[in-house]
Amino acid sequence: MLSVRALTKSFPGPRPRTVLADVSFDLAAGEYIAIMGESGVGKSTLLNLIAGLEPSDGGTVLFDGDDLGALDDDRLTLIRRDKMGFVFQAFHVLPHLTLEQNVALPLVLRGRPGSECAQRARRALAEVGLAGREPSWPRELSGGELQRVAIARALIGEPKLVLADEPTGNLDPDNATLVLDLLRSRIRARGAAGILVTHSRVAASSADKVFMLGRAGLRPLALGAEAEE
Amino acid sequence: MSAFAVLARLTGLAVAHHRDHPGRLLTSVLGIALGVGLGLAVHLVNRTAVNEFTLAVRNVAGEADLQAWGGRAGFPESTFAEIARLPQVAVASPVIEADVAVAGREEPLKVLGIDPFRALVIQPGLLGAATGEAFKVLEPDAVVLSASASAWLRAREGDVVEIVVGLERVPMHVVSVLPEDALRGRVALTDVGTAQWRLARLGSLNRIDLRLRPGVDVETARRSIAGRLPPGTSLEPPQARAETSANLSRSYRVNLNVLALVALFTGGFLVFSTQALEATRRRTEHALLRVLGLTRRGLLALVLAEGVVLGILGSALGVALAYLLAWGALTFVGADLGAGHFRGVKPDLQPAPIAAMVFFLIGIAVAVVGSFLPALDAAQSAPAPALKAGDQERAFARVRKVWPGVALATAGAGAAFAPPVAGIPVFGYASIALLLIGAVLLMPRLASFIFERLDGNRAVPVELALAQLRGAPGQAAVSLAAIVASFSLMVAMAIMVASFRQSVADWLDSVLPADLYFRTPLGSDSVSLAPQDEARLAELPGIARAEFTRNLRVILDPARPPVVVLARPLRAADLSRTLPLVRDVGTLQEGTPPPAWVSEAVADIYRLDLGSVFELPLAGSRAKFRVAGIWRDYARMHGAIVIERETYIGITGDRSANDVAMWLVPGTSVAAVKEAIRALPGGDVLQIADPGEIRSVSLKVFDRSFAVTYALEAVAVLVGLFGLSSSLGAIVLARRREFGMLRHVGMTRRQIVAMLCAEGTLLAVLGAVAGLALGWVISLVLIHVVNRQSFHWGMEMHLPWLFLLALTLLLVALAALTAYVSGREAMSVGAVRAVREDW
Repeated sequence: MLSVRALTKSFPGPRPRTVLADVSFDLAAGEYIAIMGESGVGKSTLLNLIAGLEPSDGGTVLFDGDDLGALDDDRLTLIRRDKMGFVFQAFHVLPHLTLEQNVALPLVLRGRPGSECAQRARRALAEVGLAGREPSWPRELSGGELQRVAIARALIGEPKLVLADEPTGNLDPDNATLVLDLLRSRIRARGAAGILVTHSRVAASSADKVFMLGRAGLRPLALGAEAEE
Repeated sequence: MSAFAVLARLTGLAVAHHRDHPGRLLTSVLGIALGVGLGLAVHLVNRTAVNEFTLAVRNVAGEADLQAWGGRAGFPESTFAEIARLPQVAVASPVIEADVAVAGREEPLKVLGIDPFRALVIQPGLLGAATGEAFKVLEPDAVVLSASASAWLRAREGDVVEIVVGLERVPMHVVSVLPEDALRGRVALTDVGTAQWRLARLGSLNRIDLRLRPGVDVETARRSIAGRLPPGTSLEPPQARAETSANLSRSYRVNLNVLALVALFTGGFLVFSTQALEATRRRTEHALLRVLGLTRRGLLALVLAEGVVLGILGSALGVALAYLLAWGALTFVGADLGAGHFRGVKPDLQPAPIAAMVFFLIGIAVAVVGSFLPALDAAQSAPAPALKAGDQERAFARVRKVWPGVALATAGAGAAFAPPVAGIPVFGYASIALLLIGAVLLMPRLASFIFERLDGNRAVPVELALAQLRGAPGQAAVSLAAIVASFSLMVAMAIMVASFRQSVADWLDSVLPADLYFRTPLGSDSVSLAPQDEARLAELPGIARAEFTRNLRVILDPARPPVVVLARPLRAADLSRTLPLVRDVGTLQEGTPPPAWVSEAVADIYRLDLGSVFELPLAGSRAKFRVAGIWRDYARMHGAIVIERETYIGITGDRSANDVAMWLVPGTSVAAVKEAIRALPGGDVLQIADPGEIRSVSLKVFDRSFAVTYALEAVAVLVGLFGLSSSLGAIVLARRREFGMLRHVGMTRRQIVAMLCAEGTLLAVLGAVAGLALGWVISLVLIHVVNRQSFHWGMEMHLPWLFLLALTLLLVALAALTAYVSGREAMSVGAVRAVREDW
């Protein structure tokens, strides 16, 4: 479903910096992987390239039959809208919208009728343990609850791929575990694929496979084996 | 669901944002509402007044195909006989139309002397249901009053109204008062013969209404008949005269409309600053929408749609406000909006749905234009970096380019030199707009330039304030743009009005050299001083010298309002002291044609210059004059021409006078001389005043004329200050998290508030200095281009230093106060919660 080949990315400036060099991997439908790496190694940049949010300098990203590098901004935007879901470290839940409105946003962008949006948002919130909180405001929620709202929003559109960028970075260990379990279970329940970017071994261990991103590219990592080493 | 429906739903969600910050929304909406409201109100009042005035003219001109109009001076009665016999003419109706002085009243009464039999053929419905009343004018010394005239004179049927002719009181009998809808304005109908006799106009007429025979081409007949009319008599369809009358106030109306548009422009800037700050604050939110699948165009449309919502709210409120303001203006100020046109017209407010719709759309357009740059910036931002904190300063990076500002300002300076279009200073207004936008676009670069050079060891709050202004020039530039736009317009208008008022005061000093003045009642055609009256006045004790002037109105161009001719005794030695000359030829040339001194308006409108020869229609002939000088005249907007009285008498034989200037023997009591004049036969109808009184009354008239201007200026000032505090407040509130962090690292609340006050003050000082400079430049355009082309008034620049200083201090104080209040509000959240806020 997703095929990344020889992806490279540099940032220009007074001191140009290459963050990704020759990154390749494949992701099948229903697969859930974690990508680990040190800060600044390019984990978030890799997600941005996969999502078509930034152009790459070289290589290809084939997603669901489309070569993302060959598409214009509008087409990439529609692919994100219809086939991808996002979970961020900073939640990014809009403070002036209710939980239901926040969760329904991807459906609103797709032009779904209001009644359908409301019904599916209620269901999505119930799936993340926030049933009955539809009319609440984000300011009334804890960090863990906000991230559950973000997960509901990421999955409401039944995406083929969910991209999660440090989703537990702002959470305490208990909430982090809860959110990771929820993310994995909801992605699996929907039959979607998922990429979790994290620097946390605990978080990464929730995925089916783990990769380490470094200067030399992406390599598989067996967390148990590494621990033994 | 259509893209439009998606946009509508997203807009609804986005507008919900304003629920937490209703003040900012309200500011933008009010800015648009005031602009739309004032603009439409001015239009409504003028439209109503002009309509009423036009109806009044048509009411008495009837269904005439053509109207011969000889001005106040008129033409010989024989002209009527000649015209009436022409084969093209079916009916000719002779008329005397005069503004007649009424004893005890300062304003004149319009008297129409008609032949009721002929007048009713031309206009069968002349008096509506009261047509029969027209024949009552045939009774001796009878007048039929309109309802408005009856109310003004407090005269009813059977009463006597005393009119003044020469210096004599003439009793006229009110034989009927017409119903409200029969005849508009303050009008008295009388028989044409009675008018000729009682107004001392035997043997002359000044108007003939013509109905042509069926099948006769009006334009062909007009050209043919016009050739038979004496010089100074025009022949036009009646509506042309109504249009000329309406044109009297056109420049004034356009100017007021432009002032209202200034308020709208300021409102547009408010929308810009609100939307710009909102776009900066919601940068992450917009980025999220892009990530979730909103296209660039979709985001552009979303921010513009928010502008449309602001525009709709503002415009709707503005249209309602306009009707309220227009009703208030018609009820309490009068239909002339202080300009002195449309005297005696008391119309009811008329709805104007098309104009309301146009202003409604203009309001929306202004809001959309104000939103465009923020919308473009939001749409063009890359979503990935924008999702990270601290990216806000990438906003408005492209407005820091210098060339667009320089190009617009240069184009603005160039436009100031272009001529008017149909008498309206279109390029002058364009010049102001271009200068303003150009200067505002240069502000970001100026802010960076200045703040980067302010260095040195200062208190921590000031250092932090400077660091913020240097590090976030985009946000500073938005506030600065709002300050400069509104403040420069305030300054420009203040300088223009102060310059005008001081120039008028100086002008009054130069045109009032005598000790005492008196004149026949304002605007009256019937009162004048005969030679024997002059002799009596000159012989009064204590009079050293008396100067008698004959003033009359003549038509130089039928399409334009009449020009005033002042025939006065001129002494070459005194000329520069009694006439405020702008330019003259120096020594008077001997020989014909005789000299004339034209006002700036005449020189501009009729394109006359020193040495030009032109013809003046006087007493049925055309006399040639040479322009010997150009003088400044603020009293007669449509132009005045001074000629020597002896020359005038030589051409016309008219020895009467209607203005007198008197120099008293030193030590003579002015009050005693006034008493002596009033005691003369007919002296009680003269308006007597010393220069101090005239000066004071004239300046009061000036202030009254500018009352609406002052009001509009005050609104622009309020909108500008309101917008300034709103945008500064928005910036401060958007930085809650930063303040929370600063509190965490050890800054006290007091230090943070001090830092904010320093930021506000620094911004306001820079904005005020830039606004003063730009305002001065714009005032140059207002004084030398807009006023000159609109009203043909030249004036000297006078800077109202104290007012400008007060305005600057007010601006700076308000900025500091806003920063202080917003800072306290921003910190009310608490340091811990502030740093945890997600957005």
